Amino acid sequence: MSTDSPDGAADAPLVQAKALTKRFGDDVAVDGIDFEVHRGEVFGFLGPNGAGKTTTMRMIACVSPVTDGKLSVLGMDPSRQGADIRARLGVVPQEDNLDSELTVWDNLVIYGRYFGLPLAEVRARAVDLLHFARLDDRRDSRVDPLSGGMKRRLTIARSLVNRPELLLLDEPTTGLDPQARHLLWERLYSLKREGVTLVLTTHYMDEAEQLCDRLVIMDGGRIVAEGSPRALVARYCTREVVELRFAEPGEQATAGDRLTQDGARIEPLADRLLVYTDDGDRTAASVGESAGAVPDSVLVRRSSLEDVFLSLTGRTLLD
Amino acid sequence: MDYDPAAAAAPDGFGPPTGDGADATDFTTSGREAAATPGAAATATDTPPHRTRDRIADLVVSRPLLRQTEREARVWVRTWKGSLVSGLLTPLLFLGAMGLGLGGLVDENSGDVAGLSYLVFVAPGILAAAAMQSAAADALWPVMSGVKWTKTYHAASATPLAPSDVYGGYLVWMAVRLAMNATAFLVVAALLGGVPSAWGVFAVPAAVAGALAFAAPLAAYSASQDSDLPFPIIMRIVVMPMFLFSGTFFAVEQLPAGIRPLAWVTPLWHAVELARGATTGSLGLAAVAGHVAFLAACIAAGAWWGARTFGRRLAA
Repeated sequence: MSTDSPDGAADAPLVQAKALTKRFGDDVAVDGIDFEVHRGEVFGFLGPNGAGKTTTMRMIACVSPVTDGKLSVLGMDPSRQGADIRARLGVVPQEDNLDSELTVWDNLVIYGRYFGLPLAEVRARAVDLLHFARLDDRRDSRVDPLSGGMKRRLTIARSLVNRPELLLLDEPTTGLDPQARHLLWERLYSLKREGVTLVLTTHYMDEAEQLCDRLVIMDGGRIVAEGSPRALVARYCTREVVELRFAEPGEQATAGDRLTQDGARIEPLADRLLVYTDDGDRTAASVGESAGAVPDSVLVRRSSLEDVFLSLTGRTLLD
Repeated sequence: MDYDPAAAAAPDGFGPPTGDGADATDFTTSGREAAATPGAAATATDTPPHRTRDRIADLVVSRPLLRQTEREARVWVRTWKGSLVSGLLTPLLFLGAMGLGLGGLVDENSGDVAGLSYLVFVAPGILAAAAMQSAAADALWPVMSGVKWTKTYHAASATPLAPSDVYGGYLVWMAVRLAMNATAFLVVAALLGGVPSAWGVFAVPAAVAGALAFAAPLAAYSASQDSDLPFPIIMRIVVMPMFLFSGTFFAVEQLPAGIRPLAWVTPLWHAVELARGATTGSLGLAAVAGHVAFLAACIAAGAWWGARTFGRRLAA
């Protein structure tokens, strides 16, 4: 019977978008993007706020109609089979929308009921999910007193109640403290190990680097690059970056000019100068004389997706 | 936790107790996959037998719209004591003050109102008006909360529920809750001698229909709003006058002739006429049909509008 499944072949993409477009009036939120998400991978949309990530996620989640282009989710058409698709998705929205009139336990149970699960089954799943979210001892608590990290974990647990084939996470760790973030990442890793396909949006490059097998970088409603984090860095960036900070703004400008004349690839930011290089230590050692000004501080680090984004758009992710 | 997306969604056999669970649930595709998985059938026999209450509840949620109703019911189970004050105690206080207190004065001085003791006259009026007032409040702030403050309606619309299911399920619950309060009120009114006819039981559906005829469009409106600033104004300049002047405490005929048509187009006046006709056993079939048709038209118009505003708000 599984051959009748609308997914078609097992290796068919779970999500496939061609020239996907979303307009709100005259505003173009998503401007003709193409991408595919494959079973078992963690796929990311990286980009600054307003890049069109959330709108794209809402179209995949079948709550926002597609304006133009083609979208298929789990082999089905969101415009005609939205409810069937949503039955097999898990959604973690950017803003927690837990039910503050219910307890932690009832939040899980009622959400399972929304999917039409029988009570006996939904109770059994809720026990597992409480444990997964590390909230066993908060079972009868209301939602409001929970910390931000706890609410986030509960939202993720809730999204798993229907055992989704595809989990959509919109900015999963925005607003969390570092400890809560790391616990959340660890939970997401464990889902990945269990074979759940994850699609997430983020404007944190470290999150994208840590979690994503493959990602697209979005800016202004378009996809500007696509690949694995490592491949993107290799393609658009040097191996390392030297960050120079100067006491005087004038010194930074002078240093920038001198380094450019020497053929170095640089990126001036408001508070520092980035020098792209394949050998950070050597560049750092010689940069004092080649820049013509002694920097206050010199930092050598590996290139990141932040640098990729910067070199593609000329802006930082958190602008 | 034990996670297996391949054997996803609804486990076969757990579905509504019609036998073939997978096809009866909404999990058409996943359900079929689960059925094709060899282990799935065994799981069903391992389940302990459902208790009757669970069985009924499982049958109910086979309709997506009623899943939202179940959510409301679960909240009510925790909060019903608090809602008794506004839903039941307040109308009973009105009944005591108006029906017995003021009614004694009215009856002493005029003998009766339209041939009825004042208690008998006012009891169905308060029944319908209290239902309308309570439904109005529930159609305003909780809806704003669902679409904007806590966004729980958005959470629901990420599941197989359509926006119209969220709206409809909420109204269904509202009807159930109003019917419970109206029944309790009617029993007390009957004990006090305010319900002379056995037809009076039909005052409950009359009051519920009148309340929904106003609340269905009002909830539709609330879902389209970005702020609750207009809500108190609506309560004061629409709900309160309707509460007072729709034939509730005195006959509409006592209003100045120019104002009477205003009362006739309120859902509450039709509900009061129906409820009073029921408790006094004095309404003709044609009048019943007319009032019911008006209220049904209001509910239908509200439902059409609500499906639109909820859709726009939750799926834009």
